[in-house]
Amino acid sequence: MSWALLLEWVIKSAVIIMIILGGFAYLTLFERRVLARMQTRIGPNRAGPWGLLQPVADGIKLIFNEELIPEQADRVLFILAPVITVVPALIILAVIPLGPEVTLFGRRYVFGLASNINVGVLYILAVASIAVYGIVIAGWASGNKYALMGGVRSTAQMVSYELALALAFVGPIMLAGSMSVDAIIEGQTHLWYVILQPLGFLIFLIAAVAEINRAPFDMPEAEQELVAGYHAEYSGMKFALFFMAEYGKMIAVSFIAATMFLGGYLGPFLDRWPLLGPIYLFIKVVALLFFLVWLRATFPRFRYDQLMAFGWKILLPLGLLNVVITGVIIVLVGG
Amino acid sequence: MTIDLVLFLGLALIAVLAAIAMIASRNTVYSALFLVFNFLTVATLYLLLNAAFIAVVQITVYAGAIMVLFLFVIMLLGTERESIGGRIRWQMPLAIVLGLALAGELAYVLLRNGIVQGLAADLSTEFGSPASIGRVLFSEYLVPFEVTSILLLVAMIGAIVITRKLRREGK
Repeated sequence: MSWALLLEWVIKSAVIIMIILGGFAYLTLFERRVLARMQTRIGPNRAGPWGLLQPVADGIKLIFNEELIPEQADRVLFILAPVITVVPALIILAVIPLGPEVTLFGRRYVFGLASNINVGVLYILAVASIAVYGIVIAGWASGNKYALMGGVRSTAQMVSYELALALAFVGPIMLAGSMSVDAIIEGQTHLWYVILQPLGFLIFLIAAVAEINRAPFDMPEAEQELVAGYHAEYSGMKFALFFMAEYGKMIAVSFIAATMFLGGYLGPFLDRWPLLGPIYLFIKVVALLFFLVWLRATFPRFRYDQLMAFGWKILLPLGLLNVVITGVIIVLVGG
Repeated sequence: MTIDLVLFLGLALIAVLAAIAMIASRNTVYSALFLVFNFLTVATLYLLLNAAFIAVVQITVYAGAIMVLFLFVIMLLGTERESIGGRIRWQMPLAIVLGLALAGELAYVLLRNGIVQGLAADLSTEFGSPASIGRVLFSEYLVPFEVTSILLLVAMIGAIVITRKLRREGK
C-alpha cells in the first residue's frame, strides 16, 4: 500500500466525517427554521445573518454547560455511552458514493470510501444494528428509571424495525442483482428504483424514521411520559453528542434513501460534467431532510404498543409481500 | 504479510482479553458488553481473511440482534448484579476438566497436521462473496438450508404459543 493511497483514504474519511459534523450543525438550524415557518413563527434569526451563527452560539453554550454525573450512575459507561452513540452515525456513510468517477491529473478518483465492496448494503444494516447500543447503555448507566425505560423502549423499537428496513433493501438488491452500492446506482441509470419499488421506498422511509428515533416514532425520548428518555441525565457536551448522533443519523438515512431509491448522484448532463454528481446528491438529501422535518411538524407521536403492533403486523408482512411481488415480476419480465 | 501478522496478534490479544473480562466481570451488563466487543473483534479477524460477508453477518446477527436481546432481558429483569450465594459449586472443576480436554484436542490436531500455511492463497477472489455463498446454499446445501429454516420457524411458533398460554393463565 503506497502512502499516496493511504493519504487519499484519510482525506476521504475526514470529508465524510465533516459532512456529518457540519451537516449536523446546520441541520439543527434548518430544522428550527422550517419548523418555525410551519408553525407561523420566525425561528432563530438573531445570531448572524438569517441566524446562520446560531449553531455556533449553541455549541459555545453547550461547552460551558456544567457536566453533571448522577450519583446513582455507572460512571464508566455513563461517559462512554455518548461516544458509542456517535460512532455508527459517523461511519455509516463509508459505503455511499458521493459522485461518479473522475479523472484528475491523470489519476482516477472515486468520490467515496468503499462504495464498490460486494457487501455494501449489508454493511449499512450491520452499522444500523449496532447503533442501538449507545442508547441502551446510556439508559442503563444513568441509574434513572425514566432513562432505563427509554433505553428498553429503544431496544425493542430498533430491533423490530430493523427487519422491515432490511426487507426494504431487498427490492433494490434484487433489481440490481448485487449488494454493492455502486451496482445499485448503476442500475438506476434509466429509471430510479423509487418508481419500480414504491412500496419498498415507503417501507424504508417508515422503518428508517423509527430506526433513528425521529418523530412520530420518538418513543425513547417521549417528553410527556419519560422526561427526556435515555438522555434525561445528560448535560453539556455529552448531551450534545446524543444530539449530534440523532441529526447525524438523519443525514445518513437521507443519503442512504437518496442512493438506494432516488438514483444517488445520478442526474442529467452527468457524463459531460461529472462534478454535478455531488450537487445532485446534495439536492436530493436536502429534499429528504425537509421531508423528515415536515413529518415531525405534522404527526403526533404514536403510542408505544401501536408502534410495535404496526411494525410487526403491518410493516413486516408488507415488506415480505414486496419481496415476493418483486421476485415474481423479475421472473416474468426477466429483470 | 507482516502487517497482517501484527494486526492479527493485536486483534487476537484483544479478543482473548475481552473474553476473559466477560467471564470475570461481576456485572452482567458489563459481561454482555465485553461479549459484544469480542464479537466485533472476531468480525475484524474475518475481514483480515477477506471474508467480508461473514464479518458483516457476524456483526448484524450476533452483535446487532442476539446481544441486544440479551441486554434487553438483563435490563428488563434487573438482574445486573450476580448473587454470590447462587454459584454452582461443581461448575469450576468441571470447567477446568473440559477446558483442558479442549486444549488437548487442539494441541493433538495441530501437532498431527502441522500448521497449514498459505491456505488462503489458492482461493479465488469470488470465494466467500455473497453471490457464491448464495449459489452454494441454494444448490448443494438446499435441503439442510430449508430444514434449518423450518426448524427456526417451529422454534419461533413454539415460543409464541408458550407466551400466549402464560398470558391466558395470568388473566
